Amino acid sequence: MRLEYFEMIDTVRLLDRAAGRIEALARVPLESPVFEGHFPGHPLVPGVLLTETMAQASGYLVLAHLDFARMPFLTGVDKARFRSFVGPGADLLVTASLEHDGSGYAVTKAAISHAGKALCDAELRFRTMPFPDGLDAPMRERARSIGLFPDPVQP
Amino acid sequence: MSDEPAHGSATFERVADIIAETADIPREKITPESHAIDDLGIDSLAFLDIAFAVDKAFGIKLPLERWTQEVNEGKVPAEQYFVLKNLCARIDGLVAEKAAKV
Repeated sequence: MRLEYFEMIDTVRLLDRAAGRIEALARVPLESPVFEGHFPGHPLVPGVLLTETMAQASGYLVLAHLDFARMPFLTGVDKARFRSFVGPGADLLVTASLEHDGSGYAVTKAAISHAGKALCDAELRFRTMPFPDGLDAPMRERARSIGLFPDPVQP
Repeated sequence: MSDEPAHGSATFERVADIIAETADIPREKITPESHAIDDLGIDSLAFLDIAFAVDKAFGIKLPLERWTQEVNEGKVPAEQYFVLKNLCARIDGLVAEKAAKV
């Protein structure tokens, strides 16, 4: 995870397109300016960044499901629950499943666990739209770099 | 299709309940003649939430992308999709289509 750059997912370890499911790994950095404020002397990953992490795993799942034809943008976070604390150095397992593939939108359920212990979960909603100019290629590159395979459309 | 009276239909009742709950609109304000956008003030994001609830409740997939494109291109007046009696008639049509495929 590079918290300051909002690069939350390190590696995709499983993409089951038929089942609509993704599993990804994310290691919390040992140091980050985020921990200077959250909290001084007691570093914890903020819930908002855990939410972003679930959204990114979900987003990659939706991207793969749509064959990179459209870009998902987060529009809703429902039923978010933060069940435990997590700090620097933790290896996180991030999972997401596609709950509904709507027309112009998608709904996922996502969760994060650490060492088998549930950290958080939420239902996330996305509007799917044509890629804004210039975003397509960087998203493909980022997806490739984290191992989101098979990349359905080779350049 | 749009002239079918949907007042009191089971579909309208379910859709009205969904809209009331999802968009936090008093149930009594919602009638078959209501225009979801112009009369009820439902914005596009709220309409996606309603579409999700409708998709789940009826086991269908409202073709919102196609409808929006048709309205934006001036091919179909928005009332055909967003006045609730017309929306309910289209939902009934989609449910019937799905049943015919099974």
